[in-house]
Amino acid sequence: MADLWYVIVAGALTAFVLLDGYDFGAGMLHRWVARTDDERRQVIAAIGPFWDGNEVWLLAAGGALFLAFPKVLSAGLSGFYFAIFLVLWCLIGRGLAIEFRSHVADRMWRSFFDTLFMATSLLLALFFGVALANIVRGVPLSADGWFSLELFTQFRATPPVGILDWYTITVGLFAVAALAVHGGAFLALRTDGVVRDRARLAARRALSGVIVAWPLVTWATAVVRPGFFDAFAWRPLAWLFVIIALAGTVAAYAGLRNERDGLAFAGSACFVGGLLGATAACAWPALLYAVPVEANSLTTANAAAPADGLRSAFFWYLPGLLLAMGYFALLARLHREKARAGDYGSHG
Amino acid sequence: MLADALIWHRLQFAFTITFHYLFPVLTMGLALFIVVMKALALRTGDARWDDAARFWIRIFGINFAVGVVTGIPMEFQFGTNWARLSRYAGPVIGQTLALEGIFAFFLESSFLALLVWGEKRLSRMAHFASAVALFVGSWLSAYFIISTSAFMHHPVGYAVGPDQNLQIVDLGAVLLNPWALLQFAHNQAASVATASFVVAAVGAWYLLRNEHTDFARRCLTLGVGFGFVASLVVAFPTGDLQAKAVARHKPAALAAMEGRFESGPRAGITLIGQPNVAARRLDNPITVPGMLSFLAFGTFQGNVAGLNEFPESDWPDNIELLYYAFHIMAGLGTLMIGLMGLAALALLTRRLFTSRALLWALALAFPFPYIAVTTGWMTAELGRQPWVVYGLLRTADASSQMVHGGTALFTLIGFMGIDFLIGLAFLWLVARELSAGPSAHPHGTTAPEAAHG
Repeated sequence: MADLWYVIVAGALTAFVLLDGYDFGAGMLHRWVARTDDERRQVIAAIGPFWDGNEVWLLAAGGALFLAFPKVLSAGLSGFYFAIFLVLWCLIGRGLAIEFRSHVADRMWRSFFDTLFMATSLLLALFFGVALANIVRGVPLSADGWFSLELFTQFRATPPVGILDWYTITVGLFAVAALAVHGGAFLALRTDGVVRDRARLAARRALSGVIVAWPLVTWATAVVRPGFFDAFAWRPLAWLFVIIALAGTVAAYAGLRNERDGLAFAGSACFVGGLLGATAACAWPALLYAVPVEANSLTTANAAAPADGLRSAFFWYLPGLLLAMGYFALLARLHREKARAGDYGSHG
Repeated sequence: MLADALIWHRLQFAFTITFHYLFPVLTMGLALFIVVMKALALRTGDARWDDAARFWIRIFGINFAVGVVTGIPMEFQFGTNWARLSRYAGPVIGQTLALEGIFAFFLESSFLALLVWGEKRLSRMAHFASAVALFVGSWLSAYFIISTSAFMHHPVGYAVGPDQNLQIVDLGAVLLNPWALLQFAHNQAASVATASFVVAAVGAWYLLRNEHTDFARRCLTLGVGFGFVASLVVAFPTGDLQAKAVARHKPAALAAMEGRFESGPRAGITLIGQPNVAARRLDNPITVPGMLSFLAFGTFQGNVAGLNEFPESDWPDNIELLYYAFHIMAGLGTLMIGLMGLAALALLTRRLFTSRALLWALALAFPFPYIAVTTGWMTAELGRQPWVVYGLLRTADASSQMVHGGTALFTLIGFMGIDFLIGLAFLWLVARELSAGPSAHPHGTTAPEAAHG
């Protein structure tokens, strides 16, 4: 049962990254792909109806983690204390920027929130990459299941580790590039005119960065966490995810080259999802890997809530998710047409 | 105490939840108003109800956005600041919190998007249905979070596992906790009262300025109608029942709320007075004799326990604040019933729209429910102390011991700065909407982005 909940937590987190990821990506590119107020309103309109629901996936994943692995949630959130609040503050600023921006037709007001939207989107992508890298690298869990990490120590990925080191920052930057592809492809799909053209260009450039960096990040992971990839030897699922990610890269590349935006967006989604899936498959059964004492790791075996509660929760969590997907489908169907250029008069 | 991180953990949660709740307390009640206005529009075919709804959807949208962004940190703070609580009670309260995310937040976010962005794309009936779904989502969300709170006040449906942590035995019992039902009824009535005061205040304000008078009358009629009923329901039966439950299950909390240090029958209810904890007495008390016994137990002879019956280690740890919070809530609640009663009478006798004194009172009274709701929650949460899960886990044993005082104060100061700026921007935006008025946004342009040309 605990392993099933591992899949649910990983799945919900992946859904969050895929969904909110495209609006992080759109945010990062915001001021660059959209230069005039009309163009910027086009970008905001493309994500406006969706971003809040996308963000709920973070809470859904957090809720699943809380009920299934309370030890991981409590150790992880208190151990990463500073980083969590930086993320939360960015989420606050970003949500307000999206919602408040267009309420006031004033150049300075809008410019301020455009920049806030872009900066927080970029930082969030970076932080989520850093967070993932911390999980992969490992945290200094003690035998009683707690740890505390400073924001930075000496930027080395060896004990005493900090939240930021060369490895975690590298992965963070990789996440920025990957979500820039994803967000660019999304904007290309959902807008038209110059915004679409610039979004395609941005996504193409970011994709070249991703293709160059991917092997390097993989190598860095093997250095920082020797044995992480051993799982490939006996977990075919990990292979499947890697193949999905590879196919996604090819599709994204082809889609962006041939101006087939749907293909490009599906490709970037497969790439991001495949990579996260492969990571989750390699990390299993550890939810929080411990360094230097591996035996202190919190795993599906020693950190799960009692099985009875997990079994009964399964029967409402899954239907609940299906219901949520229904709402998403409805919303997407209603907003299936693009946010078009020229729809937005210079003053609303 | 100041050297301890605990105080900063407690202050941070208190500050962030108090600020956060100023927004959902309005939106939950306002969702009901929007449903009613859209229903009236459908029934009567009067498009001016649609216009009224559109104005309130815009106010709702601003409030909801601030509610969302200030609410996101709340769920995380269970883990960041209250890690030992999360580890201990997570198998139970993790379920109710996850239920909220899955069944309420998705519903709310999706249908708010339809309501705000979809008026031109949806039929009138479908737009109305979105308003209903949003209303249901926001009230469901309240129910799940209140059932979480109720578990911490009155734990049911759990067992202590072999590792000494809690485990869930009966989710149905947790969800149907009688404490949750009581708290929910009381809280939702207060939310409707809050929205009523705000809707009525806006109506009164416009009428006094002789602007948007048709809209103003509609707001006043609905606001006063709902406001009178909701203010009454807040006190009776929901507040009354809740006080009786506190008397039965948390006698020490009741004693502290009333500043009662000695037990005895024919207990009076204190109207005013200052608890002097060091001297174990209430200074300058003005009381109504026998009333507390009657309210708590239905008979003037009922023996209401004083704090003397409990070991000091089980006393709520901030008796003064608890006492004042309770009295401010009860005092303002009474005032609200009185004001809405007068206004309802004037409405029925067709004198409300011309009574400048009453309109002024209504225009100025909108902070009362906000203060009453805040002090009400302070009463609930301070009354639970020194426990975080009543009778099971003490607050002092629940915080994150890995996070020291310097770290916790850093984030508390950060939240204060951020929330201050949010508050300024919020007030400014709402003031703009108010000065622009209900006619500023013709049909179908609720969304800031949806305007064609």
